[in-house]
Amino acid sequence: MSEMAMYTKDLSVYYGEKQAIKKVSMDFAAREVIALIGPSGCGKSTFLRSLNRMNDVIAGARVEGEIWINGRNINAPDTDVVRLRQNIGMVWQKPNPFHKSIYENIAFGPRYHGIRDKRKLDEIVESCLRKTALWDEVKDRLKGSALALSGGQQQRLCIARSLTVQPSILLMDEPASALDPVSTAKIEELIAELKKEYCIVIVTHNMYQAARVSDKTGFFLMGDLVEYDDTQKIFTNPSQRSTDDYISGRFG
Amino acid sequence: MNPVKKDQAAGNRRLRFPKHIREEWYGRVYAYFCVTLLIVTIVSIVWFIASKGLNPFLSGAVSVPELLFGRTWSPESEPPLFGALPFLAGSISVSLLAAVLAAPFGFCAAVFMTQIAPKVGRRFLQPAIELLAGIPSVVYGFVGLSVIVPFLRNNFTGQGFGILAGTLVLSVMILPTITSIATDALSNLQAGLKEGSFALGATRWQTIYRLILPTTFPSLLTGVVLGISRAFGEALAVQMVIGNAPHVPRSLLESAATLTSIITLEMGNTVGGSLHNNVLWSLALILLIMTFLFVFTVRMLERRAGR
Repeated sequence: MSEMAMYTKDLSVYYGEKQAIKKVSMDFAAREVIALIGPSGCGKSTFLRSLNRMNDVIAGARVEGEIWINGRNINAPDTDVVRLRQNIGMVWQKPNPFHKSIYENIAFGPRYHGIRDKRKLDEIVESCLRKTALWDEVKDRLKGSALALSGGQQQRLCIARSLTVQPSILLMDEPASALDPVSTAKIEELIAELKKEYCIVIVTHNMYQAARVSDKTGFFLMGDLVEYDDTQKIFTNPSQRSTDDYISGRFG
Repeated sequence: MNPVKKDQAAGNRRLRFPKHIREEWYGRVYAYFCVTLLIVTIVSIVWFIASKGLNPFLSGAVSVPELLFGRTWSPESEPPLFGALPFLAGSISVSLLAAVLAAPFGFCAAVFMTQIAPKVGRRFLQPAIELLAGIPSVVYGFVGLSVIVPFLRNNFTGQGFGILAGTLVLSVMILPTITSIATDALSNLQAGLKEGSFALGATRWQTIYRLILPTTFPSLLTGVVLGISRAFGEALAVQMVIGNAPHVPRSLLESAATLTSIITLEMGNTVGGSLHNNVLWSLALILLIMTFLFVFTVRMLERRAGR
């Protein structure tokens, strides 16, 4: 059993009266990629968002249960949410670069946290852009607008940005579903590379992607975690009927 | 039905255009008519003001620098002096000061309504601010005259009338413009930006201050420029509280006058076609040119915001 990065215990999410996530318990090992799959509206994105308390900003959302990271239940009310989010990076479906230069996008997070030294910032920018294989593509136009990058580059920039606050866990909400196949392949390569350092939880609609990039896969249906096992097993020999139906395309 | 009649019916129909084409045509004629009328109206207003307002310069009675930089306004003296610098100074200072005063309030109200308490904002603050926009300017002037002017008179030197009183009244009047444009800009913020900032461990204050305000800055500035433009053109409320003394103001508490207030005050006392009357038209022309500049600035800002 490898080192644990995070686990949830009986995690439930409510939107008003509606229970979107039903007592999900899941563990996430460090340096592994965990894919969350399931039909639209099954709650996988909601689950992902609750892991860094992003549901806090959604009016009417309520999260119950426990999320344990580094021996602390981060769903406890006394958690410093701002600190917590530095420990967990997040990437969305639609790239959301800030309306600033490439350099400023990367330096944004570190600046928040009080790093003013220009040399230190330069270092962070370069190392994060190298990690996302973007450095060679943009090193000559760091002062140029991030919005001028292609969609795939923007997404890699957002991944680089999420690395700047030195998280141990990366949450990715369908990071490649708005991208073309070439950019998607790059993101997948990147995930394989980042896996060496981070625990990555990725929500995806693309079953092939889940099979390609992940070590373990969780199948969600109607807010329940139906099955959670090694990706190999889920895609070849699932133990639940509904998992089999979904991955073989009989519904969803 | 016999074949002859059928052919006739077809022939009739071919003579008249089908209904949908006629409708299209009527619609187009109507739209073109309205647009033409609108353009004619605008062009004739501009033409009218320009022809009247340029008259003093063309006839050689007053030169442009004399009007723009002359410090003395005495239309009754011999020879009459038409120096509009006091009014330019008055108009520009009340408008800019009002914007400086109202902008922070407007931004804060917009941030509150969109980022901090959208529910309270939509239900209470927004209607309240819209109400503010609907109050007639004479009412603002009246309130200024009966509240602000006595307050200033009792607490500071002077009569209470002046730039400061005008600024205070105008700042309340332009607050709705600045607020509503800022609110639009903030609520049209691209989805995901805020979350992106939160996910980096930013606090809400950091997100608003370092990300949201800079991103929407051109739009916020658009609101401020429109506010200045409204303040610049406001006549009645300002006239009621500014004191209407035609000299360059040296302090905020001294009586002053603006381009608009002098036009409303003096136009009734002049004879159409006289030099005095025509110079008032020149002031109107200055207002028109300023308005063009404001519109132009807003256009430039919008282009920047759209990038």
